[in-house]
Amino acid sequence: MAKQHVSFNLNGKQVDALVEPRELLVHTIRETLSLTGTHIGCESSHCGACTVDLDGKSVKSCTVLSMQADGSELKTVEGLADAEGLHAVQQAFIEEHGLQCGFCTPGMLIRAYRFLQENPNPTEEEIRWGMSGNLCRCTGYQNIVKAVQTAAQTLQQA
Amino acid sequence: MIPSEFEYHKATSIQDAIAQLGAHEDSKLLAGGHSLLPMMKLRFAEPPHLIDINGIEELRGIRLEGDTICIGAMTTENELIESEILQQHCPLLVEAARLVADPQVRNRGTIGGDVAHGDPGNDHPAVMLALDATLVLHGPDGERQQPANGFFLGTYWNDLQEHEILVELRVPVIKKGVGHGYSKLKRKTGDYAVAGSPVVIELDGDVCRDIRIALTNVAPMAIRAEAAENILRGKVIDDALIEQAAAEVLAVCDPAEDLRGDILYKSHMGAEMARRSIRAALQQARG
Repeated sequence: MAKQHVSFNLNGKQVDALVEPRELLVHTIRETLSLTGTHIGCESSHCGACTVDLDGKSVKSCTVLSMQADGSELKTVEGLADAEGLHAVQQAFIEEHGLQCGFCTPGMLIRAYRFLQENPNPTEEEIRWGMSGNLCRCTGYQNIVKAVQTAAQTLQQA
Repeated sequence: MIPSEFEYHKATSIQDAIAQLGAHEDSKLLAGGHSLLPMMKLRFAEPPHLIDINGIEELRGIRLEGDTICIGAMTTENELIESEILQQHCPLLVEAARLVADPQVRNRGTIGGDVAHGDPGNDHPAVMLALDATLVLHGPDGERQQPANGFFLGTYWNDLQEHEILVELRVPVIKKGVGHGYSKLKRKTGDYAVAGSPVVIELDGDVCRDIRIALTNVAPMAIRAEAAENILRGKVIDDALIEQAAAEVLAVCDPAEDLRGDILYKSHMGAEMARRSIRAALQQARG
């Protein structure tokens, strides 16, 4: 099948790629564009390790075709930190020890980044509901919830 | 895990989508893709052509027309949850959408895709039955309207005709004296229901003027438990009648055994979900 041209804004930079119609967005991001922060976990839209921000919404990039990202604005975990340092959600995951093996963490971070814009001052229950599309098999979630709470406070004070 | 090869087409309007369905043999419409793409990865589906309808603006949005709420087929689950029209006039749909999958999936998954796909585990078909919804379908011969009741014929089998596209879902505004209940048992976030049951009750004083009891994932497709409804319609509903109705729900369940449970367990869960929803709907209808 002939490859087709797609173009999108990735972490603030305009990028182009040639993709097969059947190619999934996560593969284009990791293999063609060499940004391997976005992880592949279950490949069946359950675990959330491949979560990216597509036009201001959290999506699972294992279940979006690269063709569908044409013309969009994408943010991956690599786009969170800036010249001034780590993003508040990243700093909070370090402070609260919101990870153990770290495999789910990129998805957790990019989801938490979006969730705290949707709901800047969430309750614990709202955090658990808002983060329910991301699975962690190590932590038992307690410190992830704490990290999101801490990040919310930091962002509120900023 | 990637799908087998296909050609990708973008439809720009409803008319364009219908024309492309006609032009490409064995093509499938791509809505949210969160049922179809996983099936394609597993090779349960291998359509040679995908027609992406995500760019068709006229398929999105929710509007109120008199006593009817018109929902574009490509409205996402999160848009249902956030809709003030639905929160105010049809909270059953908001409640049901909140229990579909997870936040990321709800950003992609659409009500129309869920209704038209045909998996018995999809949640909206039973909700459409309980609400007595009307489906608006467009095809090469124009528009037709089809009641949800009668649309679901079996697993991956419904009344959608060749080259037709589901355009809009119309549900009535829930008025005073009408109550709803929604119960869904699932093992974890993101899983399909073991069993689910949306119920709508219309009261006339204390008497049940009408009732619709629908069921998710306990039969080859979403179904109405009509024998159970007949026990309650025209009566003052009490606990004894609810038990009789639950027995009729149990009798109509015909689930497939899988990792979520065996036939007996799932049937009893179907009856229990209906029992809980009837009670909740009754309480709400009484105000």
